[in-house]
Amino acid sequence: MPLRVGEKDFQTRVNRGLEDAFMRGTVRSAQEQLRTRKQASSEELGDWEAWRTLGEEIRTHTLEHLDYYLEQLSDKVAERGGHVYFAKTAEEGNAYVRQVAREKEAKKIVKSKSMVTEEMSLNDALESDGLEVVETDLGEYILQVDDHDPPSHIVAPSLHKNRAQIKDVFADKKGYENSDNANDITRFVRGELREEFLDADIGITGCNFAVAESGTISLVTNEGNGDLVTALPKTQISVMSMERIVPTWEELDVMVSLLCRSAVGQKLTSYITALTGPKSEDEIDGPEDFHLVIVDNGRSDILGTQFQSALHCIRCAACVNVCPVYRHVGGHAYGSIYNGPIGAVLTPLLDGYEDNKDLPYASSLCAACTEACPVNIPLHEHLIAHRQIITEKENLGPMPEKWAMKMFGTGASAPKLYRLGSKQAHRVMRPWTKGSRISNGPGPLKAWTNFRDLPAPSSERFRDWFAKRRRSNSDE
Amino acid sequence: MSRGTIQGREDFLNLISEKIGRPRSEHVERPEWQAQPQWDVFADENTDQLLERFKAQCDNIHTKVVETNADGLREAVAETIGGYESESVIMWDDDRLERAGLDEGFRSQMHTLGVETFVWDTLKGEDSIEFAERAGVGITYSDMTLAESGTVVLLNSPEKGRLVNLLPENYIAVIPRSSIVPRMTQATRRIHERVQNGEDIPSQIHFVSGPSNSADIEMSLVVGVHGPVRATYIILGDV
Repeated sequence: MPLRVGEKDFQTRVNRGLEDAFMRGTVRSAQEQLRTRKQASSEELGDWEAWRTLGEEIRTHTLEHLDYYLEQLSDKVAERGGHVYFAKTAEEGNAYVRQVAREKEAKKIVKSKSMVTEEMSLNDALESDGLEVVETDLGEYILQVDDHDPPSHIVAPSLHKNRAQIKDVFADKKGYENSDNANDITRFVRGELREEFLDADIGITGCNFAVAESGTISLVTNEGNGDLVTALPKTQISVMSMERIVPTWEELDVMVSLLCRSAVGQKLTSYITALTGPKSEDEIDGPEDFHLVIVDNGRSDILGTQFQSALHCIRCAACVNVCPVYRHVGGHAYGSIYNGPIGAVLTPLLDGYEDNKDLPYASSLCAACTEACPVNIPLHEHLIAHRQIITEKENLGPMPEKWAMKMFGTGASAPKLYRLGSKQAHRVMRPWTKGSRISNGPGPLKAWTNFRDLPAPSSERFRDWFAKRRRSNSDE
Repeated sequence: MSRGTIQGREDFLNLISEKIGRPRSEHVERPEWQAQPQWDVFADENTDQLLERFKAQCDNIHTKVVETNADGLREAVAETIGGYESESVIMWDDDRLERAGLDEGFRSQMHTLGVETFVWDTLKGEDSIEFAERAGVGITYSDMTLAESGTVVLLNSPEKGRLVNLLPENYIAVIPRSSIVPRMTQATRRIHERVQNGEDIPSQIHFVSGPSNSADIEMSLVVGVHGPVRATYIILGDV
């Protein structure tokens, strides 16, 4: 499955999402559950803001010295007998994994969830060599069995499917005969996958964080599939995107703590697995051969740009879980394996603007994502920056948007003009205003007002109202 | 152990430093982080208080807690195995389990009760893995225990197999009271110190918090997707 998935046209994907009442219901309740759990568990930690500051500081430092830490990591992995391959592109990464599979004369591969291998379409590459590739994360397995349905959420990939649909998938494809109860389905999958683990020649994993000082890769899961993928097959290949690294074990603690809380509201997930090299000679479980594939695939182009902090992302989906746009359109509308606000920021960076120019507009710029991010990525600012680039440099945006961004750019950078502009806004928007609402806005407002009314600019600006209020307070 | 290979590194890292806009980083000092809130969590709590936290957290992670002392351990383990209605048990080849009472005598008691026991055996290779696959219960000892998250930290080794706590349907962790620390921070510092001192760390370190679970079907929590379905922590008071 490549980075881009599903229907090509953004509006078609959005409409499909809006029409799917079930999906919208589950997305809403999932967002609420995950957000509430995150809030409760981050409050327990005490000073959540201090944790975010620390998370941001660690990510910034590590990215700024990424070459050093990757060098240290690869040396340590090699010292422990593991093999490291640096892949500039998806093709290079895939070719290396295929080569290992050929050398091992492998037939079956079990995988634990990995976003970067999805981005690389690794499964397709391996399947074209006649290998059987089995995803073992329950959500990913459901999608794979259902003819490779794309994921719709970063942490909960099969969120858009209900129990009855999942039951039908297994009944059709795997001869499942029990109820649509989640426990019954899980029990069935446990049995199916247990056989796959025991048969597999190679285990492929992602990497939540690599620890540079010791050459360790870590996996954060609740199911324990990552553990079986790495303990049973004789060969293990871990694929990491190059930015998923921390200097030492002490930072691993901080990043894992932020990840578990932000992703699922847990203090720690059921399993955090830290693997250093292949098994030692007298160990009887664990891989005999360990390979680490470190993947760039467009990430280095983000370094040194205004978007560098997008690489701080730890894939917790906290931004997804608070996003009002995601809530309405669902994950498939983004047409990318990275969805929600981080997907709208990251996808154009990795895949270019041409096919993804709508994504930065799939945001209300309410900044809830920025607020939610455990490592302080200014997501909504990145979305604005994307829009500016799209309208100004790439010449891809619609005319009214270009005009609006230019006005906003000039206006926001010059206080006098901004004051004038915001005083004029009410007058300018009058033709489209009914009462206090705009229901059929022009240009960039049109897509929004197709679905809901927008409050019209007030005839009294907030700044004026606030100044007036402050004056009257001080009079009292 | 022979050194592994590294391919494609120079070009890859040169490109990174070029994009960042400076020469390759030769040496980097890890900075003193400005905020370090992780050290404040439960910092002033004693072992009793931490144990109370640990037990409360175990409710959240669907894990049963039994408290006992050296004299009661055998019985507590036997009762748990009985409760799971299991007929076979695999355990780490760990002196600490032996000394705590899960020794030859215990195993022959189990045998009398019709429960087959097996100690992870590096000389028996595949047999150990096959036994783990069909065993009803796996038993390990906790190297470090995290109060905040209800976690046992398992430092694996040849005698302490990775699959013992993963393959059987039920999991028992024997937890010495003295192994408890506030949170992951203290455990990772110990590992960090080992690395700093030039010591090798285990090829797998496993942080385990309760049974395997998933919320991938309609966000409803189900237990035992891949790993154990049930877990019991037996806290062993210090002698």
